Amino acid sequence: MSEAPEILLSLEHVSLSFGGVRAISDVSFDIRRGEIRAIIGPNGAGKTSMLNVINGFYHPQIGVIKFGGQARSRMKPHEAAAQGIARTFQNVALFKGMTTLDNIMTGRNLRMNKNLFWQALRHGPALKEEIRHREFCEEIIDFLEIEAIRKTPVGSLPYGLQKRVELGRALAMEPKLLLLDEPMAGMNREEKEDMSRFIVEANQRLGATIALIEHDIGVVMDLSDRVVVLEYGRKIADDVPDIVKADDKVIAAYLGVSH
Amino acid sequence: MNIFSAIFVDPFAQMISAPDLLAQTVWEGLVGGVLYSLIALGFVLIYKASGVFNFAQGIMMVFAALTLVGLHEKGVPAWIALGLTIAIMYGLAVSIERLVLRPLVNQPDIILLMATFGITYFLIGLGELVFGGNPKTMITQELLLPSGAIDLSILGGTVTLQKLDIAAAGIALAMVAGLGIFFQKTRIGRALRAVADDHQAALSVGISLNQIWVVVWFAAGVVALATGIMWGARSDVSFALQVVALKALPVLILGGLTSIPGAIVGGLIIGVGEKMGEFYWGPLMGGGIERWLAYFIALAFLLFRPQGLFGERIIERI
Repeated sequence: MSEAPEILLSLEHVSLSFGGVRAISDVSFDIRRGEIRAIIGPNGAGKTSMLNVINGFYHPQIGVIKFGGQARSRMKPHEAAAQGIARTFQNVALFKGMTTLDNIMTGRNLRMNKNLFWQALRHGPALKEEIRHREFCEEIIDFLEIEAIRKTPVGSLPYGLQKRVELGRALAMEPKLLLLDEPMAGMNREEKEDMSRFIVEANQRLGATIALIEHDIGVVMDLSDRVVVLEYGRKIADDVPDIVKADDKVIAAYLGVSH
Repeated sequence: MNIFSAIFVDPFAQMISAPDLLAQTVWEGLVGGVLYSLIALGFVLIYKASGVFNFAQGIMMVFAALTLVGLHEKGVPAWIALGLTIAIMYGLAVSIERLVLRPLVNQPDIILLMATFGITYFLIGLGELVFGGNPKTMITQELLLPSGAIDLSILGGTVTLQKLDIAAAGIALAMVAGLGIFFQKTRIGRALRAVADDHQAALSVGISLNQIWVVVWFAAGVVALATGIMWGARSDVSFALQVVALKALPVLILGGLTSIPGAIVGGLIIGVGEKMGEFYWGPLMGGGIERWLAYFIALAFLLFRPQGLFGERIIERI
């Protein structure tokens, strides 16, 4: 009875270089709908470049990217967003002058399409639309337990909370695919546990497919369904956590080999 | 003691003894100030969205006014010429985005500033080529702008208000209010503020930088047109007019480069300060202090509030 799992995104033989520097060499992997997929590897392995390729910041010179079964060519980041790819950044990229709520509301930007004139007047259909989106954002704020900082400019928030707001903004887009670049970097144990819980719930309750980069191997192994391991821009392993953990090449990449 | 009283006592005594003159001076200052505010607003819009200090703002104002008058001279009815000019300013915004900003994206600020110098000279050349270099008269009547003056008998004397100035103030206020609402309340406004804060993050939530740039350059173009009409009506439409754009610099220093309210309040302070200074303190120095007083006020401000009146405080976590 079991059907083959649906592939949401696939990368086929992707290579990316900057001038003479190869950031990614001939990497292929896929992301199934509904899974949590981890991308790990030592520093400089090309993990962030991988995310940048997926959401259109970088365009690979070679290779095919298929999203929802459709191959795409040079897609711009805002087009990728329109197709349902949201992301967070390694060094939090929030709109620092705006409040938490406004930051999260920007995630609804693509879904607001009522006449600008009515929006300006706060009237008619635009008002209903604004209220609807506002409600949605309030749900996300509840979900992430950041009610208390709803009206605080995010520039003044502590780092852990900023990470949470950034996740909120991405979730507000109701993404099909959510890319998280080191969502737990620089967090203490407790904050990591909170963030892990949000990621799992976003995956199970909100149904987002998630691809995440993370250095904390313990967290990765707990959270993810499948793991891709990169080293020097190449894929060295790709499987479920238990097998990846025992893989010789992975152990060598992380710990070095004795000669 | 004499000089002391001439600076600190006499002018104020004069203000109190002739309140009608004071009212007249303040009014003229306010009107000039509103126009400075409009120019400064053009700078702020573009700076906020793209971090570019648009040196071409002054010439955009002249170019817009010149296009309007030039089209009218060529036999286009005034209102159609106005519509066409707005369309041309839109075309200009699109071309600048495509031909200048897009290829230069992610370059250092100084490169973009230099590019706006290029735009300046291009617009001067284009304007002269198409419409000639002679000063032209603004088509105030055709645009139904009022002329003449109203004399108010108040404060024991007469205060003369030019109808054109009243209209200018009215239009400027309407524009500022319109832009304020647009940028605070609409989806594009929120997107614009997002872009101003963080380009990458804005892209990742699906905001198109290119679209936002066109929107702000177009808004700045429309503001330039309005300013050009008002300044043109007070003097002539000629390339010499672009120097009034330099008056926007002290306004920007005062108000902060990133603040729309700052541009407005800064403009008013500079306008009123300039006129009052000229009228009450100017004679002490043989007159003509209007030319530099604005910069002086701005410098004095800079010493105490480097970020301007409403500029964003730069908070950095270390």
